[in-house]
Amino acid sequence: MTTQELHERLRARFGEDVGALSEPKVDPFCLVKRERIAEVCRFAKQEPGLELDFLEDLTAVDWPKRNAIEVVYHLFSFPLRHGIVLKVELDRTAPRLPSVEGVWKAANWFEREVYDLFGVEFTGHPDLRRILLPDDWVGHPLRKDYQEAGGYHGIANVRENPLVELRRLDERARGPAAPPPAAPATPKA
Amino acid sequence: MTPPSDPLPPTFDPRARAARRRARRALAWTLAIGLGLPGALFLGVLVLSPLSDAKVLHGLVGWVTLGRAHPESWSGGGQLLLRVVLLALLALVLVTFGAVISGMTVWWEMRVSSRMQSRVGYNRVGAAGFLQWVADAVKLLLKEDLVPADADALLFRAAPYFVLVGFALTFVALPFGESLVAAPLDVGLFYVLAVTALVVVGILLAGWSSNSKWSLFGGMRAGAQVISYEIPAGLAAMVPVLMAGTLSLQGIIRGQGPWPWQWFFFENPFALVAFVVFFTAQLAEGNRTPFDLPEAESELVAGYLSEYSSFRFAIYFLVEFGNLWVMSAVAVTLFFGGWQVPFVGPETFQAARGAGDLPGLGWWALEALSMAVFVLKTFVLMNLVIWVRWTLPRIRVDQMMSVCWKYLVPFAFACLVGTLFWEILLVEVPAAGPATGYLLTAGFLVTAFFFLRLTYRNLAAVGDRIDLSNW
Amino acid sequence: MERLVLRRMQGDGEEMILNFGPQHPSTHGVINFMVETDGEVIRRAVPDVGYLHRSIEKIGETVGYPGFMPFTDRVDYVAAMFANEGYALAVERLLKLEAPPRAQWLRAVSCELCRIASHLIAVGTMTMDLGAFTPMLHGVREREVVNDLIEALCGARLTYNYHRIGGVAFDLPEGWRDRTLRFLDHFDRFLTEFDRLISFNEVYVKRLAKVAVIPAPLAKDYGLSGPNLRGAGVDWDLRRDLPYGAYPHFRFQVPVGKGFVGTRGDAFDRYYVRCLEMAESSKIVRQALESLPEGEYLAKVPRRIKPEPGEAFARVESARGELAYYVVSDGTEKAWRVRARTGSFTAMGIVDAVSPGLMVADLVALIASLDVVAPEIDR
Repeated sequence: MTTQELHERLRARFGEDVGALSEPKVDPFCLVKRERIAEVCRFAKQEPGLELDFLEDLTAVDWPKRNAIEVVYHLFSFPLRHGIVLKVELDRTAPRLPSVEGVWKAANWFEREVYDLFGVEFTGHPDLRRILLPDDWVGHPLRKDYQEAGGYHGIANVRENPLVELRRLDERARGPAAPPPAAPATPKA
Repeated sequence: MTPPSDPLPPTFDPRARAARRRARRALAWTLAIGLGLPGALFLGVLVLSPLSDAKVLHGLVGWVTLGRAHPESWSGGGQLLLRVVLLALLALVLVTFGAVISGMTVWWEMRVSSRMQSRVGYNRVGAAGFLQWVADAVKLLLKEDLVPADADALLFRAAPYFVLVGFALTFVALPFGESLVAAPLDVGLFYVLAVTALVVVGILLAGWSSNSKWSLFGGMRAGAQVISYEIPAGLAAMVPVLMAGTLSLQGIIRGQGPWPWQWFFFENPFALVAFVVFFTAQLAEGNRTPFDLPEAESELVAGYLSEYSSFRFAIYFLVEFGNLWVMSAVAVTLFFGGWQVPFVGPETFQAARGAGDLPGLGWWALEALSMAVFVLKTFVLMNLVIWVRWTLPRIRVDQMMSVCWKYLVPFAFACLVGTLFWEILLVEVPAAGPATGYLLTAGFLVTAFFFLRLTYRNLAAVGDRIDLSNW
Repeated sequence: MERLVLRRMQGDGEEMILNFGPQHPSTHGVINFMVETDGEVIRRAVPDVGYLHRSIEKIGETVGYPGFMPFTDRVDYVAAMFANEGYALAVERLLKLEAPPRAQWLRAVSCELCRIASHLIAVGTMTMDLGAFTPMLHGVREREVVNDLIEALCGARLTYNYHRIGGVAFDLPEGWRDRTLRFLDHFDRFLTEFDRLISFNEVYVKRLAKVAVIPAPLAKDYGLSGPNLRGAGVDWDLRRDLPYGAYPHFRFQVPVGKGFVGTRGDAFDRYYVRCLEMAESSKIVRQALESLPEGEYLAKVPRRIKPEPGEAFARVESARGELAYYVVSDGTEKAWRVRARTGSFTAMGIVDAVSPGLMVADLVALIASLDVVAPEIDR
């Protein structure tokens, strides 16, 4: 089944909640309404003819100019060898959407990573906590407006240019510089 | 850039000359320590062990003082003092012997294992890396001695010594030669099995007192393993006891003969199986792969040893490799004829001894020969242990327990009962013993031939050759 | 972290909570497991990752498209060619160009050699974790030759930076083809020896057969891919089923787990599938070298790579599973988002589900048989 046909099937079932298929630049995708994403995914997985049983990727992209965070789902089907890309656009200030962990268990860790790096909250996730960063980290790094906090528990995350540092150490080891040679005698007028 | 001119001939190139000088010096040190140290210790064992016999001791003292001292006429206290001095000296020699043998075993094992793994192995310190164990020992002594803050200080410090004592005490009863036993006990085998059980105490203490979950895991596993495998080891060791009729190690050796078909291993088919059971059980007692779960490096880092450093760790390390020697030595005495020298029977020893108190020089030479035979056999068996270690993966703890209780113990019992019947058979048909000996020896030689041929074929199939050029 | 996890681990106080890692000889990289055990039996093993997080995806947004190529090596430094290729394919899709045939063949050759090297590490460390130290060193000995070959090809032994957007960086050196063919002759015989030494060894089989069984539906649900998925019995290989590059021109088998000595989907299946895959990779390299087309090895790519705004998703069959890159472009020279979806990430996710009931020694076998590497998980 081509991506168009897949999209038709989803459109037929969910109507306006599934947006139009975008232009293929280079991969086409379709937007899904935030509240229906879990049902759309369950339908996509269980419907004979779609059987999208492989959650290939679940990630997010931050678009501060549009004030949106897109959560991207790449779905694929082993038996039928077709796939589709779904996207959910979320409000950047309060990104929240239902979790699809009940549909594919692979989403468990993918959603934790999106939560960790983007701050997107997945309702219904059994264990939503940070995965790659320490639990007491402040901020969500993959957001475009992320500012580094200048250190973590006293460990600095900036350092001097090593060349500058080494040159300073060299000079200290060499000792105080010899006094400059006396000025040459001015030529006799 | 112009190509370099012909290199200097080796005799004139100063760098090559310096390198050769260094290599010669390394070789000299290696030979000095490698032959000298064990040689001195072996000599010590050779000379000192027969002296536990009072008559020989008195004879030697008389000979050394050129006939002026007569210890047999000394007071009881004086003779006792002489004996105590001798025994202290012998104990020192034996413990040093144990330590040095452990060190050299480490070297040998590392060289053999490195060759099995397509590596070169130790080759920096001393010729063929022989002095590496000395360097390692010195390094371990110089390390910082840590005691974890929350560890039980007294037990933590005491645990290595249990292990060391359990290891060192076995040397007392090991028969190195015809009369080279520090203490010719009538219950020698029982003593050895009992004393090696002290090691368990040390391991459990180490695991517990380290106050670390990983150490506890390792200690518990080790305790379960060693205690379980004592059973089949003891049962299998009863088979030679039955065949020889005595618990004394010297008696068991004397019950065998010098030739392979007179060893217990070949004389009795049940003894063959009992050896396999005993060997496996001793591997488990010594924490050797495939039974090295207590110190499974990839699971528990170092298991019960995780928190130890410096000298305490050195003790564990020493005991583990020394146990390699001890388990091989015990197996050799029980199943492979111990120090029995071919062509040399007990009458030869008696004849060479002479009539006087101090035995003649020929006797000492024969003793040295018997010690050499013992060491050689132990060495071969040790290589088998090393071979098994570096080939097989490690089994899981529940599999280890099931092997012990479901397989080894019933087999050991079966061998025991079988040997009982065998002994009865021997009474009825005395020729059955030697006949089985010849048969099994022949079978073993045939098997060995086919095994070597298969090995050669496997090597050729991969395109390899046997290459000893850079050993 | 510990507090949160401990709260979730209900127990009656009899269990012991162990930290397996992060420095540990047998976790493949810096990974931590919080293991709740009852004696030797595990109740739960919760992986705790992130020790090797190097924010590679964020770096992808700051260096340009060609500049990101060395960073892809670090996404999986044990099998770096695949990471290179995946990123190159994704950006090439964005630029709507295709690498010339010779480049595609060279990509296949380098990737398959890299697969051999990676699998040697995988099976070697697996045997080492189980206590047999020797096969690891034999495997590493063979891997040295592969490293030397790749070093002759691209100058590096571990992080190659060999593929480029539009092709590959260097052509084959002289004599490389013969050297590789000679190595493959030797390697095929080495595999027989390796098999004989360890694969069907009684102790080894006992440690792996029927241990940590991952049935096919569970594997698909958790997003496993590559040898893990094939070991579970799912006959799926991107090289054959969604071919890319030069793979449609090669004939090779795809080994699938079928319970070789135990149940389908146990640790032994996952291990043995890797052994068989090494033989198949050797065949592919031979075919590729024989049919190598002439021509250029790098397409004409603009000096400044500025793709049209859009997004592309490209996947390759890496040694560890499916390595996919999702690259979003906003029309400038720097990517807007680069996402690397790795096989080890999902493999780590399944440990929590499969671990209850295993023994501690089996956990080691599970992690080793999943062939996870920390850089892929954390990026």
